[in-house]
Amino acid sequence: MKLDSKIPSGHIEQKWDNYKFNAKLVNPANRKKFDVIIIGSGLAGASAAASLGEAGYNVMVFTIHDTPRRAHSIAAQGGINAAKNYKYDGDSVYRLFYDTLKGGDYRAREANVYRLAQISTQIIDHCVATGVPFAREYGGLLDTRSFGGAQLQRTFYARGQTGQQLLLGAYSQMMRQVANGSVKVFTRREMMDLVVKNGKARGIIARNLITGELESYSAHAVLLCTGGYSNVFYLSTNAATCNVSAAWACYKRGAGFANPCFTQIHPTCIPRSGQHQSKLTLMSESLRNDGRVWVPKNKGDKRNPNDIPEEERDYYLERMYPSFGNLVPRDIASRAAKKMIDEGRGVGPTGEAVYLDFKDAIKKQGKEKIKEKYGNLFDMYYRITDEDAYSVPMRIYPAPHYTMGGLWVDYELMSTIPGLFVLGEANFSDHGANRLGASALMQGLSDGYFVISTTLPNYLASTKFEDAKIEDEEFKNSKNEIKNKINKILSIKGNKTPTEIHRELGNIMWEYCGMSRTEEGLKKALASVPKLKEEFWENLKMVGGEDFNQTLEKALRVADFLEFAELLLKDALNRKESCGGHFREESKTVDGEARRDDESFSYVAVWEYKGEKKEPELNKEKLEFEYLKPTTRSYK
Amino acid sequence: MENKKFNITLRVWKQKSEDSKGRFETYNVEGIIPEMSFLEMLDVLNEKLIKEGKEPVYVESDCREGICGCCGFVINGDVHGPDEHSTVCQLHMRRFKEGDVVTIEPFRAKAFPLIRDLVIDRGALDKIITAGGYISVNVGSAPDANTIPVDKNTAEKAMDYATCIGCGACVAACPNSAAMLFTGAKISHLASLPQGHPERTKRVLNMIKIMDSLGFGNCSNEYECEAVCPKEIKISAIAKMNREFLKANFLSEEDPDLPPVFHQSTVDVPEDE
Repeated sequence: MKLDSKIPSGHIEQKWDNYKFNAKLVNPANRKKFDVIIIGSGLAGASAAASLGEAGYNVMVFTIHDTPRRAHSIAAQGGINAAKNYKYDGDSVYRLFYDTLKGGDYRAREANVYRLAQISTQIIDHCVATGVPFAREYGGLLDTRSFGGAQLQRTFYARGQTGQQLLLGAYSQMMRQVANGSVKVFTRREMMDLVVKNGKARGIIARNLITGELESYSAHAVLLCTGGYSNVFYLSTNAATCNVSAAWACYKRGAGFANPCFTQIHPTCIPRSGQHQSKLTLMSESLRNDGRVWVPKNKGDKRNPNDIPEEERDYYLERMYPSFGNLVPRDIASRAAKKMIDEGRGVGPTGEAVYLDFKDAIKKQGKEKIKEKYGNLFDMYYRITDEDAYSVPMRIYPAPHYTMGGLWVDYELMSTIPGLFVLGEANFSDHGANRLGASALMQGLSDGYFVISTTLPNYLASTKFEDAKIEDEEFKNSKNEIKNKINKILSIKGNKTPTEIHRELGNIMWEYCGMSRTEEGLKKALASVPKLKEEFWENLKMVGGEDFNQTLEKALRVADFLEFAELLLKDALNRKESCGGHFREESKTVDGEARRDDESFSYVAVWEYKGEKKEPELNKEKLEFEYLKPTTRSYK
Repeated sequence: MENKKFNITLRVWKQKSEDSKGRFETYNVEGIIPEMSFLEMLDVLNEKLIKEGKEPVYVESDCREGICGCCGFVINGDVHGPDEHSTVCQLHMRRFKEGDVVTIEPFRAKAFPLIRDLVIDRGALDKIITAGGYISVNVGSAPDANTIPVDKNTAEKAMDYATCIGCGACVAACPNSAAMLFTGAKISHLASLPQGHPERTKRVLNMIKIMDSLGFGNCSNEYECEAVCPKEIKISAIAKMNREFLKANFLSEEDPDLPPVFHQSTVDVPEDE
């Protein structure tokens, strides 16, 4: 596998400009001749459809949902970062670049991260122009707030619903192109396979979820914007349909999968309440602007939190990390919570929670102000737990949330398969081993609105395209393979439902590959996942037929998660260092912090599919740091 | 916290497709705990049905955080269930007790064809947005975000309207199956902001025209939409839409090719609340 990152020449500040100048263009009159397929309609997919539609390409968007507005970007709460420096608190493109690279524990590509920071300011301009109602100050200008891993206020927000507002903005821009005739949206379609012809991505096979029909679509390029794979843990903050299947299909067709073990556990989620639990609900990181995290000083203190006096509380983040306090990055906050719980100081009925307390903020700012900032989050907390967080502290616990790993892409966002581009959370490129809060929205929109509209034309204009029709062998073969797989699944006559097997997989992954990982545990998991996979193919309980069948949809996704889980575990086993969200017990400092090993692991691990029952091959993209020299990441 | 388990009787609307005949099917759901969400209770039922080799109840949900707008059906006659201003996914079983008989059925409206059981097609709402629920601005052409100040109260009001999740509850609750709260919310959101001014005439005329053509009914001031909206969108959205519509009709009849400056200065609506 050849890994050419195609980083443009020049000083880091000029690389993007240099790229743009050297990139080939497609004449406006010729754009209509190019068909582009976009899978997924979240921030990355919808914004890509909007920008490419505007340019005049012939765009087809596929979404699993009944409408493109349901994509899970909608659930992002806290905000979007941008180096506007409107607060004049020392921000700059360079500082956002620095914070993001450091936050990712120096496991991202410098040039990509710098470009992201550069584009961040244009994103805000564009979103405001498209009608996103960001929060404003009394003078009418935009307000910002703090987020983890930064000592300034660069996060723009729309109450606790920033993802919703940005997604609806991108969705409306996409629908404008639908009206314009350049974008066509296919709803309730799930991508089943990528079709590669003459070494290039030339189309897809999609399953019509209502009729069950397998449909073929050909194009000059395919953009994968399908989000992350946190649902490999079964319980996560992701929506029920979030899955790895489309990315996994691309991997099996030759796209390298990068750093699958870089997964993010979000520190502030509502703890689980029982076996029936179907998902975990996030409480935005923005709450750590005003909420203080604590546990009782004494083990097993079962008193009502309001009866525990100040001197018997341990505000452990403020104690352990005085300069960032409650706003340390997510990986650090999650591990600290785990430490408290392991010490037996966890709270709530299960002992698996810590407090997030707004008492002091309410005393200082008043309940109304807190309500204005976080009202919808407090309401959501109330509906789920039946507790009023204005008067009792919230109980929170870490949960799988975001995946930094994803398909490998070069500077142009192209995977190792020419013509297959990967945008947003589905790619690996910008967040290294840990993503900072409010940076996912930034990346999704940067990739979709600004990067792909420049890099895709370069590919289209410089590539010689052979004919690709849906009648071609490649399409037919792929369709047959999927048909066989579906028939095989429908014919299994066992006892376990897809959900039961998914839950078992999640338990294995959370226990051995969750917040902390050991060689022993990973090896155990690597022994049990294949057994579970075997069980799936022998003991699955199926109902229904080939047409609309929600049980079949679930089974197909679980089948892919079972295969993918093995790769994730292998990657975690290979990376013997601790970095960002990947914490190996064997690699820590005396005070229990993550110990990175730059000498041995300063690379992107890119896994290459070699065939069924064959070991995947590890390829390495060495990370070079020309501008920011990796240092020990400290938030103390 | 003791988990007290209980059982309920569930009557569910089962229907194969829009053209086939539907009926209520009765199920006993056992071992419910108060901390379960309503959808998790349905998960328990569906798991049991699958195990028995029976067809599960077809139902849609995704984020289960009340923001994607995917879930939605009628529980004992209440759109999105008994909790006020909530989606189904946020409803928890602590609202029910042993022996309750609970009836669930899909959102019903001419413009929302049924797909199966509780799953419906709300694609008509996308068509309304496509007719003008956007601001025409190309990527890379926007001025600095702080160039145009927006009064904080105006921005907050725009946000109130913009929070619509497109679940269709307003349509399902309306005796006329009107989509006026949905459409009015988008029109009001964009008309409130200076960025949305240049296109407001065209927008309201097109969106209403398409809305009317899709089989949605008219508003007869029942206020049911406002009562069920999970995002508490106020019926003032409809009043604002109607005013925008009147103004647009007046303007477009007088002189459809008015210069943009004239549009801007004359269409400053007084605040409605």
